[in-house]
Amino acid sequence: MTFPRVTYNEAYLDEQTKRVIRRALLKGVAIPGFQVPFASREVPMPRGWGTGGVQVTASVIGPDDTLKVIDQGADDTTNAVSIRQFFGKVASCETTTRTDEATVIQTRHRIPETPLSEGQIMVYQVPTPEPLRWLEPRESETRRLHALEDYGLMYVKLYEDIARYGHVAKTYDYPVIVNGRYMMAPSPIPSFDNPKLHRSPALHLFGAGREKRIYAVPPYTDVISIDFEDFPFEPQQFKTPCEACGSVGVYMDEVIVDDQGGSVFVCSDTDHCERVAAARAEDDLQAQEASA
Amino acid sequence: MYVAVKGGEQAIANAHALLASRGRGDQSQPAITPEQVREQLGVLVSRVMTEGSVYDPDLAARAISQAQGDALEAVTLMRTYRTTLPRFGTTIAIDTAGLPSERRVSATFKEIPGGQQLGATFDYTHRLLADPTEPLDLEAAVEEDEPMPRVTDLLGAGALLEPVTNHAEGEDPDPDPADLTREPTVFPMSRAERMQALARGDEGFLLGIGYSTLRGYGGTHPFVGEVRVGEVEVEFVPPELGYPVSIGRIEVTECQMVAQFVGSSEVPPMFTRGYGLAFGRSERKAMSMSLVDRSMRWEELGERKVAPANDEEFVVEHADAVAATGFVEHLKLPHYVDFQAELVLIRGIQEEIRERQAEATESEPELEEVSR
Repeated sequence: MTFPRVTYNEAYLDEQTKRVIRRALLKGVAIPGFQVPFASREVPMPRGWGTGGVQVTASVIGPDDTLKVIDQGADDTTNAVSIRQFFGKVASCETTTRTDEATVIQTRHRIPETPLSEGQIMVYQVPTPEPLRWLEPRESETRRLHALEDYGLMYVKLYEDIARYGHVAKTYDYPVIVNGRYMMAPSPIPSFDNPKLHRSPALHLFGAGREKRIYAVPPYTDVISIDFEDFPFEPQQFKTPCEACGSVGVYMDEVIVDDQGGSVFVCSDTDHCERVAAARAEDDLQAQEASA
Repeated sequence: MYVAVKGGEQAIANAHALLASRGRGDQSQPAITPEQVREQLGVLVSRVMTEGSVYDPDLAARAISQAQGDALEAVTLMRTYRTTLPRFGTTIAIDTAGLPSERRVSATFKEIPGGQQLGATFDYTHRLLADPTEPLDLEAAVEEDEPMPRVTDLLGAGALLEPVTNHAEGEDPDPDPADLTREPTVFPMSRAERMQALARGDEGFLLGIGYSTLRGYGGTHPFVGEVRVGEVEVEFVPPELGYPVSIGRIEVTECQMVAQFVGSSEVPPMFTRGYGLAFGRSERKAMSMSLVDRSMRWEELGERKVAPANDEEFVVEHADAVAATGFVEHLKLPHYVDFQAELVLIRGIQEEIRERQAEATESEPELEEVSR
């Protein structure tokens, strides 16, 4: 039996598809927070494992780029490794784990702690692009609500949370209003990361492969987490410093360390943690030398 | 001090090796070749081609071998390959009335022009496990091909069945169909788009939804007008030639379901159609598809939307097995960050409740004194 010889284009997607996605991205940038439908292609990962992010990355990446891929803030989680290896194989770009060296950062569930700069592109893997989906399952209806800027449903949900629990019971994928117009799902990043989107100098691109939607937040755009005047938005904070590097004011992973459920907190952003720990070790060394 | 666990890369490499070894099984047994899969697991090959949206038995067989028999994994492999292929154009609509049918049955009439032909079917086999050492009886009498007009055309001639109205008068009777793998899906869909979504849809899901219409959830009282299986020529008109050329033959299964329609003030009662088409021998799929197609036509026929099978958005959004399996299985991926966020919230709320309860207990003695 003879099989057709299978060859793949630079960055896997064919050029025509890249153009289709770039057009959707441009539309997304022109209408910040608006979900642009696109005919999402199959890519060599399962749906729900970052296929939207992969298509966006494949469409914007070039040989001059340096790619960083994180999942849960870490470069070495298996799915991040798998996606980085994929682009290492099919695209002729450099890869890195350093946030400040990357030109394109594909992420699932986190925004790095290191502040982003102009010219950087964040690519988010989005499971559910529709912020109103849990309140209204029908796409035809949610599109109408967006068209009418009718976001009452979401405010009622926040109100009910406060009435019932004394808190807004939404801790990740916390809805935002972009550029004073569209309600947007920031993807399941913790609410801790939401403020990093506000007037960020970087370009933020969101790809939902299974749900076939692309949206964007251009640089220096207002991104406001929704709240009430008497119940302002409060991102989650951690009280204990990182066990590994001593950082405070960052997002933490809780690590169970014994059979009794005892735990310590460490940085979720592994690149940040490594660099802070290395810098601290160097400081200690210098201090020792100075005292000796 | 805590040291973060590393090694995603090594773990992935090891997992791949283990997967390959489990897939190969006992190495004293000969390996199955894709050729054997193509020839001997033809029904599975048909399913993978249909849901994978590529007619290529060799590639489907290769995908099934690589996927260790996991049909949905094989479909995903096919789709991932298909999406990189260029589009040359649209073929002429295949003529299933002209196809020399290997199998053709109708549940509506006993005697039909061209006759009924059972063909290769499991229908009347006794489902008893056979002795694998017993030789197979492979000699089958094959009848001469006779023209087999569609049963639905016979009904249509008597105006008992709705006419095919996929185009207005003066319009191209065979317009290029929409392609939801190239154009964004927006609801409501055209019937052609819906058909494409159903053809790509999971056989099991469509079977379940189709079954529900027979159990009272949006019932349409269907009869199998005709099911036929056979090989048909595919023709394409290259723009530079301007006349049709044959580009090959494909095996298809077609089902025309005939369903009752009560009529309205404008339209007299008549039978209506539900249509299903799938690659290869995929009878269950084609039948399920035709049931669901008919149910989704409620609006066009002025019926009421009462059941899951009537709900285009619900059915189409959940029929795609590649999307469904990927998303369900993505729950295995780490969710440390969102889970941590929930953990912090729940702890906070519990803490507040405990504090409130503690305050209430402290103030209790005073309350007791007052009541005394």
